[in-house]
Amino acid sequence: MYFLSGFFFLLVGGIEALLIRMQLIVPNNHFMVGDTFNQLLTMHGTTMIFLAAMPMIFGLMNVVVPLQIGARDVAFPFMNALGFWLFLAGGLLLNFSWLFGGAPDAGWTSYPLLALNHFSPGPGIDYYVLGLQIAGLSSLMGAINFLVTIVNMRAPGMTFLRMPLFTWATFVTSALLLFAMPPLTVGLILLMFDRLFGSHFFDVAGGGDPVIWQHLFWIFGHPEVYIVVLPAFGVMSEVIATFSKKRLFGYSSMVFAMVLIGFLGFMVWVHHMFTVGLGPMSNAIFAIATMTIAVPTGIKVFNWLFTMWGGCIRFTTPMLFAVGFIPTFVIGGVTGVMLAVPPADFQYQDTYFVVAHFHYVLIGGTVFGMFAGMYYWWPKMFGKKLNETLGRWHFWLFLIGFHMTFLVQHWLGLWGMPRRVFTYQPGYGLEWGNQLSTAGALLMGISIIFLLVNIAVTARRGEAAGSDPWDGRTLEWAISSPAPEYNFAQLPLVRDVDALWYAKMNGKKGVEPAEPIGSIHMPSPSYLPILMAVGFFIAGFGFVMRAIPAAVLGLIMVFITMFMRSFDHDPGYHIEPEEIEATEKGARA
Amino acid sequence: MRRRQHLWRYLLVFAALALLLTGCGDPRLNTLDPSGPAGEMQLSLIKLSLGIMIGVLTVVTIIYVYVLVRFRQRPGQNDIPKQVEGNTKLEILWTVIPIVLLVVLAVPTISTTFNLAKNPPQGQTVEVKVIGHQYWWEFIYPQYGFRTSQELHIPVGKKVHFEITSADVIHAFWVPNLGGKMDAIPGKKNHMWLQADKPGRYTGKCAELCGASHALMDFTVIAQKQQDFDKWVKAQQHPQSMAANKTLEQGKQLVAQNCIGCHAVRGADFRYEGKKGPELTGFGQRTTIAGFLPHDEKHLQAWLKNPQAFKPGARMPKIGYLDEKEMKALTQYLMSLK
Repeated sequence: MYFLSGFFFLLVGGIEALLIRMQLIVPNNHFMVGDTFNQLLTMHGTTMIFLAAMPMIFGLMNVVVPLQIGARDVAFPFMNALGFWLFLAGGLLLNFSWLFGGAPDAGWTSYPLLALNHFSPGPGIDYYVLGLQIAGLSSLMGAINFLVTIVNMRAPGMTFLRMPLFTWATFVTSALLLFAMPPLTVGLILLMFDRLFGSHFFDVAGGGDPVIWQHLFWIFGHPEVYIVVLPAFGVMSEVIATFSKKRLFGYSSMVFAMVLIGFLGFMVWVHHMFTVGLGPMSNAIFAIATMTIAVPTGIKVFNWLFTMWGGCIRFTTPMLFAVGFIPTFVIGGVTGVMLAVPPADFQYQDTYFVVAHFHYVLIGGTVFGMFAGMYYWWPKMFGKKLNETLGRWHFWLFLIGFHMTFLVQHWLGLWGMPRRVFTYQPGYGLEWGNQLSTAGALLMGISIIFLLVNIAVTARRGEAAGSDPWDGRTLEWAISSPAPEYNFAQLPLVRDVDALWYAKMNGKKGVEPAEPIGSIHMPSPSYLPILMAVGFFIAGFGFVMRAIPAAVLGLIMVFITMFMRSFDHDPGYHIEPEEIEATEKGARA
Repeated sequence: MRRRQHLWRYLLVFAALALLLTGCGDPRLNTLDPSGPAGEMQLSLIKLSLGIMIGVLTVVTIIYVYVLVRFRQRPGQNDIPKQVEGNTKLEILWTVIPIVLLVVLAVPTISTTFNLAKNPPQGQTVEVKVIGHQYWWEFIYPQYGFRTSQELHIPVGKKVHFEITSADVIHAFWVPNLGGKMDAIPGKKNHMWLQADKPGRYTGKCAELCGASHALMDFTVIAQKQQDFDKWVKAQQHPQSMAANKTLEQGKQLVAQNCIGCHAVRGADFRYEGKKGPELTGFGQRTTIAGFLPHDEKHLQAWLKNPQAFKPGARMPKIGYLDEKEMKALTQYLMSLK
């Protein structure tokens, strides 16, 4: 559900992106100008990061992590459900802004003073503040949930250094979220107070300082980049190892690199602020810290290359996305190092060069990663393999469209095109670059149609995939597809990295169980999470509309549902061995 | 088939490189063709980092193409490859090499960062205070005692020291040809210097999203030989703003009634000097209207009738209530300002 609603918002964000590109196809276009355009670009950025990338990642994690570590579920199923509904409530609240009162228009970074009442009257920014606050709660809950799951619920024998890389990525990502979300929460609360209750944290006229927001935002915002890209690294590691039929090259250095990237991610936020005027000392220190991240990233890239070295590479659709990812992401990575040079950054900052760079990282990394993961784990989620021919069409059109759109934007930036502009003047040589870019964006849009057709075709006519369609290496391929609700009938006993591969190489049919079949305890389903999320939604909408009684009503609803949850004695239920055996037999037949 | 696709990717990279070397951008707005030392220092770092990065990219691409071609599964191939764990020597190698490359990049980076931040000694520079407004630029010359808007005149071969701030939201002051940008933040004074080595017109832009007309917050930098600059300074200090004939006199009256609350025209004996909007002294000598429209009477009339049609969100009220004759007198007077 996480994944599908994330995918829905990906489509919404994609349509916004196409509208942006349509406006920029010719100079002085009158299609969408001024505030309308600013609303589009703000919602495109916010949607893609918070409502598409994050939930799609969480979706994959939810499906894959318990399976990969041999667990029956995540640690806190109630919290998991609540997290999903909160994300949906936040996402809907944000998109409500299109219908009621106008969307936020100060960019996804929402810098004050532009984001304050005086310069952004109307409820747009309030939607941003409250929508993100609610969706942010969901990320924090997800993070805690995955951390506890991974620490506590690994199968017998699965030490930390036997965990699959995607699980490791989830672990590091969750740790990042745990530390990165609070600064954003604080920033959003301060902004909310400035806008709703007349405080002056960021308002110069009242003695505030708008730069504080930038610090808070980027202390969250830079790790956020790694939050969305590390899981993609995890997916790539799984996919590349599987389709090269090889163990991942340098497993422990891969893990180390990931942890190091996560750690350094918190040390570099000022590189978004080189032009703020913090002085050469601060700029120099943060420049060096930023460059350092290239080292662990380089380790990862070379380890992937050498995983394929000597392997037996099968070019399936997930592998195509993984293989397409490598050069694309490397281009994004090297321009990242170029941006880390402050004097050069004075030229790049806030231009299309930056736009090109972060799209190379976020599309080349996250989106390619999510597509690879989607094609890779689709059989495990739905029991059917996505169509390979349509998958290839999707991949090639997307790859070509992507490079057409964004490669040329590096030069547009250097030729003097600032980002977030709704138009440019004719005669400055910016025309053909923008046209190429728009054409590429259309191609990417067409490629997504192939994906949608693929999903529809597979749902209607796809063949059953079996439990291990890709000749997989990790535990999730040891159980039937789609996974039964209790995941593992018997918890597996893990003896090595790539537990399933190890078992297969030793001539066994499946992974050795660590326990006899017994009754499995399951949590009971509950409607409370939805009600709680509805409460948050009403409260948020009330604050946006400055209808404080409605907001209070929503909060009361939240507290009542919290109270009910706290004093609700829920014993859950058990699935008995006979039932398990029946299910397992059915899956095998 | 697949091999051809890789070839295609190569071609793309080379085509892109060729583009860079020819420097396709417009000479008024191109960071790759700088006209002053600040821009040149920045460009040399861009080139250094680009060189190193293309080196890295080439190495990765060569290994990548080799691996994909050499180790792809061939029909009928079914053996299991050797399960390699890793190779400590190789892994150390690709940890150390990037570190060395980064050191090579870091040293000039730090020295240039500090060099650019050094303020030039006072007395040898032209001082300009830059104030960003939604959606126009104000330039104050404290040494000469006047201000101007939208057009920044600087002498060639001399360092110009900028003190940058903003009157409303955060903007960013950027002249791509002369050097990188600096944020204009209300309540904070940022410093930067630029220098133009040859005379010419350069386009400047606002680089930080600042509202509806962010895209149109352009200005022009006019770099002049010292004597031309001195002439311009003199003209600004003693502007000719009196009306020479009857139509112009009527225009001047209309300016007094309609414009002077926000705009200032010095040298015309107006009793009030508006400071809310762009300075209009010497307006007739400018090259653009509102920073980006062609400088002619037709565009000026259209602009006055409905500024928001050109710059969404602009604060200037519409002057649609004047009849055609009055409008003509008004624009003619503005165009006569020297």
